[in-house]
Amino acid sequence: MSLVEAALVTIVAASTPLLLAAIGELVVERSGVLNLGVEGMMVMGAVAGFAAAYTVGSATLGIVAAVVTGIAMSLLFAFLTQILAANQVATGLALTLFGLGLSGLVGEPFTGLPGVKLERIEIPLLSDLPIVGSAFFAQDVLVYASFILTIATAFVLSRTKTGLVIRAVGINHHSAHALGYKVIAVRCACIAFGGACAGLAGAHLSLAYTTQWIESMTAGRGWIALALVVFATWVPGRVLVGAYLFGAVWIMGLYAQGLGAGIPPQLLSSLPYLATIVALVLISGDRILAKANTPACLGQAFVPDR
Amino acid sequence: MISDDSDSQASNSTPKPSPEPGLESAPPAADGEAPPDYLLEANGITKTFGDFTANDDVSLRLRKGEIHALLGENGAGKSTLVKIIYGSLQPDAGSLHWRGKQVRVPSPAVARDLGIGMVFQHFSLFDALTVVENIALVMTGRFDPESLSGRIEQVSAQYGLSLDPFARVADLSVGERQRIEIVRCLLQSPSLLIMDEPTSVLTPQEADRLFITLRQLAAGGCAVLYISHRLEEVKALCHRATVLRHGQVVAQVDARRETAASLARLMVGSDVHRITGGTGSPLEETMIAVRDLDLPANGPFGISLHRISLAVRAGEVVAIAGVAGNGQSELFEALSGERLVKHNEAIALAGTDCGIDGISARRRLGAAFVPEERLGHSAAPTFTLAENMLLTRHGCDSEMVARGGFVDQRYAQRISERVMQRFDVRSGGHLNPPAGALSGGNLQKFVIGRELDRQPKAIVINQPTWGVDAGAAALIRQALIDMARAGAAVLAISQDLDEIFAIADKVAVISRGELSALLPIGDVDRERIGLLMAGEHETRPFDAPGTIDKTNDVNDMKKGSERDAAHP
Amino acid sequence: MRLILEKRPERSRWMPFLSPLLAIGLTLVVGGILFAARGLDPLHALYVYFVEPVTTWWSIEELIVKTAPLVLIGVGLAICFKANIWNIGAEGQLTAGAIAGAAIPILLPGWESPMVLPLMILCGIAGGIAWAAIPAFFRHRFGASEILTSLMLVYVALYLLDWLVRGPWRDPHGYNFPHSVSFESWQLLPTLGDGRVHAGALIALLVVFTLFIMMSKTLKGFEIRISGEAPKASGFGGFSRPRTLWFCFILAGGLAGLAGICEVAGPIGQLQPSISPGYGFTAIIVAFLGRLNPVGVLLAGIALGISYLGGEAAQIELTGVSDKTARVFQGMLLFFILACDTLILYRLRWIGTGLATTTPKRGQA
Repeated sequence: MSLVEAALVTIVAASTPLLLAAIGELVVERSGVLNLGVEGMMVMGAVAGFAAAYTVGSATLGIVAAVVTGIAMSLLFAFLTQILAANQVATGLALTLFGLGLSGLVGEPFTGLPGVKLERIEIPLLSDLPIVGSAFFAQDVLVYASFILTIATAFVLSRTKTGLVIRAVGINHHSAHALGYKVIAVRCACIAFGGACAGLAGAHLSLAYTTQWIESMTAGRGWIALALVVFATWVPGRVLVGAYLFGAVWIMGLYAQGLGAGIPPQLLSSLPYLATIVALVLISGDRILAKANTPACLGQAFVPDR
Repeated sequence: MISDDSDSQASNSTPKPSPEPGLESAPPAADGEAPPDYLLEANGITKTFGDFTANDDVSLRLRKGEIHALLGENGAGKSTLVKIIYGSLQPDAGSLHWRGKQVRVPSPAVARDLGIGMVFQHFSLFDALTVVENIALVMTGRFDPESLSGRIEQVSAQYGLSLDPFARVADLSVGERQRIEIVRCLLQSPSLLIMDEPTSVLTPQEADRLFITLRQLAAGGCAVLYISHRLEEVKALCHRATVLRHGQVVAQVDARRETAASLARLMVGSDVHRITGGTGSPLEETMIAVRDLDLPANGPFGISLHRISLAVRAGEVVAIAGVAGNGQSELFEALSGERLVKHNEAIALAGTDCGIDGISARRRLGAAFVPEERLGHSAAPTFTLAENMLLTRHGCDSEMVARGGFVDQRYAQRISERVMQRFDVRSGGHLNPPAGALSGGNLQKFVIGRELDRQPKAIVINQPTWGVDAGAAALIRQALIDMARAGAAVLAISQDLDEIFAIADKVAVISRGELSALLPIGDVDRERIGLLMAGEHETRPFDAPGTIDKTNDVNDMKKGSERDAAHP
Repeated sequence: MRLILEKRPERSRWMPFLSPLLAIGLTLVVGGILFAARGLDPLHALYVYFVEPVTTWWSIEELIVKTAPLVLIGVGLAICFKANIWNIGAEGQLTAGAIAGAAIPILLPGWESPMVLPLMILCGIAGGIAWAAIPAFFRHRFGASEILTSLMLVYVALYLLDWLVRGPWRDPHGYNFPHSVSFESWQLLPTLGDGRVHAGALIALLVVFTLFIMMSKTLKGFEIRISGEAPKASGFGGFSRPRTLWFCFILAGGLAGLAGICEVAGPIGQLQPSISPGYGFTAIIVAFLGRLNPVGVLLAGIALGISYLGGEAAQIELTGVSDKTARVFQGMLLFFILACDTLILYRLRWIGTGLATTTPKRGQA
């Protein structure tokens, strides 16, 4: 395997959790909800996935556990923000703080244990392609899932009635309500989808990217996923590109550390966070681009008259 | 003193305490079986929100092919009733019969299935979506833009309502947006079309065009439930009218046999207040001057202002007419200083150029401002009236804030109580309630009183009586006229032509960000204003709303020479 | 039957005070259930966790040490949140303040003067302000979300600190351990009592009092409150949103920086890779539990301080309970407070599926 190939394989691995979490959050935000709890749902997915896989010995069961946990966390958020009309920013923060705390507690007995690795599935013929073969066609099921989810999300949002309703609810919840759409139900469903995606992202971290549980192992990836959605101006295809850009930055930092070029490793480790800030500033500075797809009701609570 | 009921010399009055109106030819709906010639029958509808009863035992009957007006003041319960019929709200008590059978309408989708369509006052449209996407949201079945756009074109051609299916709503005019709503209903071939205040956003000519469509529909057998508080158009268009007051039906009448005055009495419950003023004799001094004002659009849905010039002298009331969304808010914000303009001399208040000064500096010049939106703009809903007093007076009333930035809360409270007393602000006994607890009319009296109490030299007010009950509206209009007669300059931006004819000395019309010349009110009629609303005076090409920069150099040169002329 | 949310005719008068207490009560109940599920006596466990920390003078002093930074940061954040400005990077601002303040004793170890300590404190405040100014600038100039930028800067600040104490600022005589030189007496805050409570606690009290007066009595407080509640009305009142943005970020950043330098020049006494057990994040909870009111924040800071101490005590005294439970309790508390706050503006009502039969009162328009 050449150096380029090896780098590509690691970039795909580093990008997948970002892509999964960001696609989920994109759908949530398109429905007009800002869930800042991605980091908390992701880290809970990671610990649940690891614990289940370790206990039962099956990575598949780990994935299931991670998804269920992600959904459970997201429904907590949905209950507070949709049923009780609590502030979304504050509730999202609470979800992240709670998730980081609870995962630390739950994961304590699993720290340092060898985990179960998610198997790679080689796609015949395609996996033998030079350079891209091993990176894209001999990967674990979650990598494939991330691509399928991205394509499916793009299709559903732009081509189907379901996607139209999700967008409509995010653009103007009063109008959607007046036409008879159940704004809160639509949003709860989207929030749950976001939770499932964040759970998958966490599972990829603890079952594929590394095969161990480390406290707070998400290391801000949930927040970067949130930034990615803004950076991608709420377009699924651009989320894909953005996730791979950030994955590449992450891996570049690691490679540069390995080369030991005299650059402080801490600076290289800061790169993804600095890159996030730069990306946000660049995209937000362009008002027209930033405003074009912003769901107009993003972050606003909806309480119907009864 | 005449009682509520005896002054309705209409065919049928409503004797209290029995709330069931004795209606012409309407047999009592004894056992849930209505005669089949009624398309829709609503019986004893009651709906409360908390302690407020929006509909109190309301009954309504509609025949096929009938245009039926639902009349009432703001807050009389019209919107609540139609939302119940359309399934957006559920009644606490009462029943609905459709074609003689009792029905439950748990959601708008069910209403649409029955054949009920609704055009909302504040449209239920999605700015960022296309016309076809907006319409697909109410259609059942798969989302197929191609075949749907074909049907849209077919229906819009049939009724002469031209529409581009793939245009984005954000890029369309208010009239075009209403067309989307109507076409959206027509696509489902409804038997009943509900229209909630449809003409409030149209020019008189557009409204005439709408009436033709509605008559065409009625002739085809479709019933129309037409909500309005504009009496002339109800008389012109509708067959029958049901009048609501304080949530109750007070009369059901033959609209064509009533006069506007008799309908008004039914609606308000007493004689409508008359405003006295006579024509003003303006003084020489120009208090509000706008010279060649250009302002770029604020965001993708905004309107850009183009070469607006205007002068309001002390002692006169000038009105700016126009359909909503044609640059009124932008003009207001430029005048108030919430948005600063590039050239200082583009705006002068009380004789001082102040285009680059903020709102507090402009207030110190003696100007006062009242924006359109009461809750959240002119007042903060969760803050008390005394705090809202502080909001606009901290910068121009030296007694409000002591040294060190400490607020004199007692002083603010005192002024607030003075305003409440002078402008008859009723708050149910609370001395200092949060602004959000007041009714629309009382809050509007408060925010206008707050400014007039300062005795400003110039006041700019956007939609002075929008959504306000008749009593408060009369009081506010009288206060504005008195203000002008006492020597202040009043600039009122209003969509309401009745209001403009009642208070203004001169009128100008704004459309797509351009202002017509100022005309004495005696020289214009509704038709003339309607033509101007439709953009007769505009200079910019129709499809280029944002192209003002090309002419900037010319403007600047011209501005220079005009400034010299203004200050010789 | 189902439960619906109904807007109250006006804000509840009592819920603003009741809701934090209700939230604490619910947290205790759920905590008790969790302890019971672990096979512990819930009452004993809760006693160890939440009561024991305040039964001895020793632990009360420890509580004050933990509460001071929470309150300092919490009041700053409360004012930000009140203005609807979401600075969630206080942990980074704390770290930046600690680094800037510690620069003096580390770079000028021999400079002994009464000026040193005040200068360290000023540098700490300046460091926090500088770190907070970055998201404020990006928000003001480019409209970039301050939530994400301020949070990203936490990671950057922590890596910066890590680099300093392992690299250029490492104590040359520290056997290669990653920490700076220990500060000398003149570089440390004066202490009270038997030596652990430092002047930071007094500063925190002073700050709480000043900001309480500012928020309730002055035009600035009014500007901040209205700017968050009704931004358009605030602009109509002549208040500038960017000015509020800068004011809040500078205030909160400065206070977080102050908390940071008070930690390293107080209980820690040197710079090390970890100088805060997540005070910057816990302070978010403190701000909300305190209902975004400075005096409330003081009380809430004490409550959260107890949860830190209780976590440590429980780890020692209760079998199978880790100090990580503290963060779970804190997260849970924030959930409950947010849920209970709903009851200020809304009330819960059961509605039947059938039509109501009661005659409604006549409404007055």
